[in-house]
Amino acid sequence: MVKFLKRCYVYLIFAFLYMPIMVLMVYSFNDSRSRGAWGGFTFRWYVELFQDRTIMTSLYYTLLIGITASLIATVIGTIAAFAIHNSRGLKKKLVMNLTYIPVLNPDIVTAISLMILFVFVKLRLGFVTLLLAHITFNIPYVILSVLPKLRQLNKHLYEAALDLGATPTQAFWKVIIPEIMPGIITGMLLAFTLSIDDFVISFFTTGSGVSTLSITAYSMARRGINPKINALSTIMFLLVLVLLVIVNVRQEREQKKGMNGKNGSKKQNGSSSPEYTDPQYGSKWM
Amino acid sequence: MKRNLTMIPYLVWMSLFVIIPMLLIVYYAFTVTTPEGTTWTLENFSRFFEPIYLRVLWRSVALALVCTLICLFIGYPVAMIMAGNAFTRKNVVMLLFIVPMWMNFLLRTYAWLTILERNGFLNVFFSTIGLPQMNILYTNTAVVLGMVYNFLPFMVLPIYSVLSKIDKGVIEAAGDLGANSFQVFMRVIFPLSLPGVVSGITMVFMPALTTFVISRLLGGGQFTLIGNLIEQQFLVVGNWGFGSAISMVMIVVILLSMAVMSFFEDEDKEATLW
Repeated sequence: MVKFLKRCYVYLIFAFLYMPIMVLMVYSFNDSRSRGAWGGFTFRWYVELFQDRTIMTSLYYTLLIGITASLIATVIGTIAAFAIHNSRGLKKKLVMNLTYIPVLNPDIVTAISLMILFVFVKLRLGFVTLLLAHITFNIPYVILSVLPKLRQLNKHLYEAALDLGATPTQAFWKVIIPEIMPGIITGMLLAFTLSIDDFVISFFTTGSGVSTLSITAYSMARRGINPKINALSTIMFLLVLVLLVIVNVRQEREQKKGMNGKNGSKKQNGSSSPEYTDPQYGSKWM
Repeated sequence: MKRNLTMIPYLVWMSLFVIIPMLLIVYYAFTVTTPEGTTWTLENFSRFFEPIYLRVLWRSVALALVCTLICLFIGYPVAMIMAGNAFTRKNVVMLLFIVPMWMNFLLRTYAWLTILERNGFLNVFFSTIGLPQMNILYTNTAVVLGMVYNFLPFMVLPIYSVLSKIDKGVIEAAGDLGANSFQVFMRVIFPLSLPGVVSGITMVFMPALTTFVISRLLGGGQFTLIGNLIEQQFLVVGNWGFGSAISMVMIVVILLSMAVMSFFEDEDKEATLW
């Protein structure tokens, strides 16, 4: 009985969390412009969405920024993760705190600080500044995804590779990198998702002509409700959902591999271990 | 030698795009530029203490506090239930909880616009079942609702994370030693979950305090919170000094809450966020 009540409470919270998304999705197929009434099923808003030049341009920029920023952030972040992993003591602590600054700063502070910088050095606000801003807030998440993998890494693996005749470069690329690849990929997907999700930082660091989907949606929403935004939300939600499922399936597979005894130091149970969800929720909170 | 070199690109990047921008905020906050030149001043800060801006600060803090309290009271039971054994497939439940967070923040807030609108989902629903209409859009209630909706997971997840690490033996021992379930909660479970509660509170309070999107979309144009004030100073008024001063106050608040958090933190948690 108590269990039943507990479950009901959680389901109630789920209803609260999912209702707005469901309402948006349902209304994106609603043929009537006036919100409440149901005017029949239609794909009209999706068609109009794809014919809208502004939205399509911002989709292009969103994806371009997302892909470029996540790739660059992954490279810088992975190298940084190695460096942090290899450093000790006070230096490590300082660099870790530095890493947390963009994560802990409210978006608006990060956004205006970058905007001030770009204007201060007379860089024209636009694509380049947007890209630099996105790389900056993505790097910490890549580091935080790669570091745990480095910590799990068997210290003797590298030496073993050297003993077996590999050069240091070979040992690095053929042994170490494949071992931490899951962390790198997770970090990259995380960076990409955060990048396409961001609004506040993009809003302050972009200039005229370059606009992401979030910015376009914001300016449309300020002018009132627009069914095209519903269609857009539905597509974006499904897109992110697919990405999230990929990340999780990858992690679950990793965890299974770990349980099969390949690496003894890994967590035993995948079900209740909070580590399992860390990369997701450790990220999206501001 | 090698490790020193690998750290360099990262340090250069972070100095350029994190540290220098923060220093620039400090610079603008303490200076005033007139046609005669730039002078150091505290004017920007003293301006913040004018009644009109203090009211904005007060309103922001009040709304963020209300939001944080609601999140705590709704969220703690959720975290406890999820950490307990009410669900067999815990990771699926967790995932279901995380998924809505991945919907674009802006679109999630926009969704409430659709629901709360005069002819929106809620009012249509109410009139079908014969209840009177409700117009809460563009009020405090709508803004708090939007905040709770957006930030609730930030409260639940850290608390859940701490609760699920508590040694079950401790709870059993308290029971064996004669504590009833209320006592077990008040004197064992809750104190042990305090680190999670503290980080949850910080993580809800800070974004709630600095948001400008929720208040703009759900509070209408006339609604000004600290976030809106900062946005206006930079994008509309063009008073960077004042905008920077407000941001600096924000940064100080964050540093303070970080200090409080690290006071509660365990040693072994360097790479997880709580």
